[in-house]
Amino acid sequence: MNCKLVSTECDGRTPLDRRSFLKCALASGAALTAGELAAPAAAAAPTGGQAQNDAQFTFEAKFYEKLDNRKIKCKLCPRECVVGDKERGYCGVRENRGGIYYTIVHSRVCAAHVDPIEKKPLFHYLPGTMAFSVATAGCNVNCKFCQNWDISQSRPEEIPAQYLSPHQAADLARKYDCPTIAYTYSEPVVFAEYLMDTADAAHQAGVRSIVVSNGYMQHDSLQQAYGKMDAVKIDLKAFTESYYAKVVTGQLKPVLDSLVTLRKMGKWTEIVYLVVPGLNDDDAELRGLAQWIKANLGPDVPLHFTQFHPEYLLKNLPITPVPTLERAKALADTEGLRYVYIGNVPGHPAQNTYCPQCRKLLVERVGFTASQMLIRKDSTCPFCAHSIPGIWHA
Amino acid sequence: MTDPRNRCRRSFLARCLTGAVALSAAGLRATAEAQMPSGKSRVVVARDPQLCGAGSNIDAGRLEALLDRAMQSLFNLPASHDNTIAAWRRIASANDKVSLKVNTLGGRGIVTNVELVEAVRERLQQAGVAARNIVVWDRDTEELERAGFRIATGGDRVQCYGTDRVGYEDKLSAWGSVGSRLSKILTRATSVLINLPVLKDHDGAGVTIALKNMYGTIHNPNKYHPNGCDPYVADLNMLPEIRSCMKLTICDATTAMYDGGPGFKPEFSWKCNGVLVAQDAVALDFTGWQTIERKRAEKGLKTLDAEGRAPRYIATAADSEHTLGHGDPAHIAVIEV
Repeated sequence: MNCKLVSTECDGRTPLDRRSFLKCALASGAALTAGELAAPAAAAAPTGGQAQNDAQFTFEAKFYEKLDNRKIKCKLCPRECVVGDKERGYCGVRENRGGIYYTIVHSRVCAAHVDPIEKKPLFHYLPGTMAFSVATAGCNVNCKFCQNWDISQSRPEEIPAQYLSPHQAADLARKYDCPTIAYTYSEPVVFAEYLMDTADAAHQAGVRSIVVSNGYMQHDSLQQAYGKMDAVKIDLKAFTESYYAKVVTGQLKPVLDSLVTLRKMGKWTEIVYLVVPGLNDDDAELRGLAQWIKANLGPDVPLHFTQFHPEYLLKNLPITPVPTLERAKALADTEGLRYVYIGNVPGHPAQNTYCPQCRKLLVERVGFTASQMLIRKDSTCPFCAHSIPGIWHA
Repeated sequence: MTDPRNRCRRSFLARCLTGAVALSAAGLRATAEAQMPSGKSRVVVARDPQLCGAGSNIDAGRLEALLDRAMQSLFNLPASHDNTIAAWRRIASANDKVSLKVNTLGGRGIVTNVELVEAVRERLQQAGVAARNIVVWDRDTEELERAGFRIATGGDRVQCYGTDRVGYEDKLSAWGSVGSRLSKILTRATSVLINLPVLKDHDGAGVTIALKNMYGTIHNPNKYHPNGCDPYVADLNMLPEIRSCMKLTICDATTAMYDGGPGFKPEFSWKCNGVLVAQDAVALDFTGWQTIERKRAEKGLKTLDAEGRAPRYIATAADSEHTLGHGDPAHIAVIEV
């Protein structure tokens, strides 16, 4: 398999401990040697270049409206790109051809991997299981800290990709004992059509779907696309509009709206907040975040404060100090959130799940591995019978 | 002025966001000042009403003669073949690798014409540049072919292919709001860059002429269209890899578009029958913009400013942070030939 091996989710670099590394390597080795996917010819020299077969990946997009003069307005995300003929939207993977808008990344998978679900991270959803994880090129924002920028900020023809139909993805997930397919690494919003078709195929095959997303979507596209998901992880990049404008090239409000919509839809949702030193780690901002979550989503939504590592256009900032993450957690705990985690810090006790009532350890995590899982089939604590929110068993 | 010792950690870190960029800018400043024209920037507008004749075909001989006149005027040289070659030798020497960045995105009808590129190629070779050291390029090989260019790779011929054949550098180049991977044609096959854009309206940016044609040198142009492409166009042209080798702009204005761009729409195009030539791309863009505005007025259309899409990036490119050229008509000498 020639497509990119991605070792990190989109919210921050994740150092692997030895055990996690071995587990990941074993899992990914299976996918890598499978050979189910045909490698495309990579363009490398002026005499030997060969383009990928564009037609294979091109389908009319959902979520757009036609305008005069062969222009279209994209209705997928709040950006609402008005795109002229022969041009692409901000995401770089949707193109106007003669007044019809197309996705050019349907089944055009540039990254595929078998990951522990804890790596997404989803901590309250089928812990200890593996997720068949796929991505295409493209993203509808441009986070200056993105560690997968080489795929998220590229146009599809610039990176090696392979054809993987929705049914093939479902088959591979089953073959590698993955109860879920994860749409991840880049930004699944931009390959919504592929995500929707794959979720349908997967459900027919008894495989669930989860998405790792920035949540920067319009209401209708969110409902239609993520309505097909079984669990959602949203990267809430900050709690200020200025950060979204300067660092993310997006907006905060639509993401908060998406979180509320997901809550109303009853989707299992977890939130990751990448703590970037000096930019979004202010006490007032963190307190405001926790208060908003409690008031709008409830105290049981898992919140992961993850460690930033210098990447892409923010290489001159330091790694988030662990005390900063601990301060963020303490603030959120104080505000009444019940499941606040610290991520990207292997071995930190705040990676574990504790019963909020009896404080006993329920799920112990080492790296990306759930090494102990005591929550009962009825989702209760075995020590005090307190209900622990989440989907703990398949 | 704030005492640096009083800066809090947060403001220091926030400044770090653009820290790398500031360092780059400082490194370039001396060069930029040295290159900044002390007087007016010369923009030659060369026209020949017979260029396209009665039909749509360009008269290659007339176009070559027009280009010669433009180059002589650009360097204020008396008309002669020797002076034409002398003008070209101010752009490139025998040791240079010269790349000709054309614009083929709009589709046949509003692309850099093969005849113009042929004329440039001819003169470059006469000036001593070896054919194998000249490359005609754009983003995509198929688009080049559709525009009428014959693809050529290898051998002693003039080369012609798209970045899709060689790819983009893995390393990011960054300045201000821009962080991009550059075409390997620019970074590995270019010591002198000659920009050959077309003159056209752009629904988002207002106009797309010289400066914006550099969007075709990077892997992620789609990221730089918000806010009328401002300040992205200016920031992109500040990348050292572009700025250091950009020597000349020859804008193909045989056919131009005054509305409905950037894709070709015949109903909004006109036979402008000319070329615009300058070393100052900002001044050329300003001049081209005014040409489009005059045509819009003639057609009874609103100004681009009234439509909320004036090309603000031109002024940004000229500001004190960028100093890429002159965007003020008081500092531009338009020479009509």
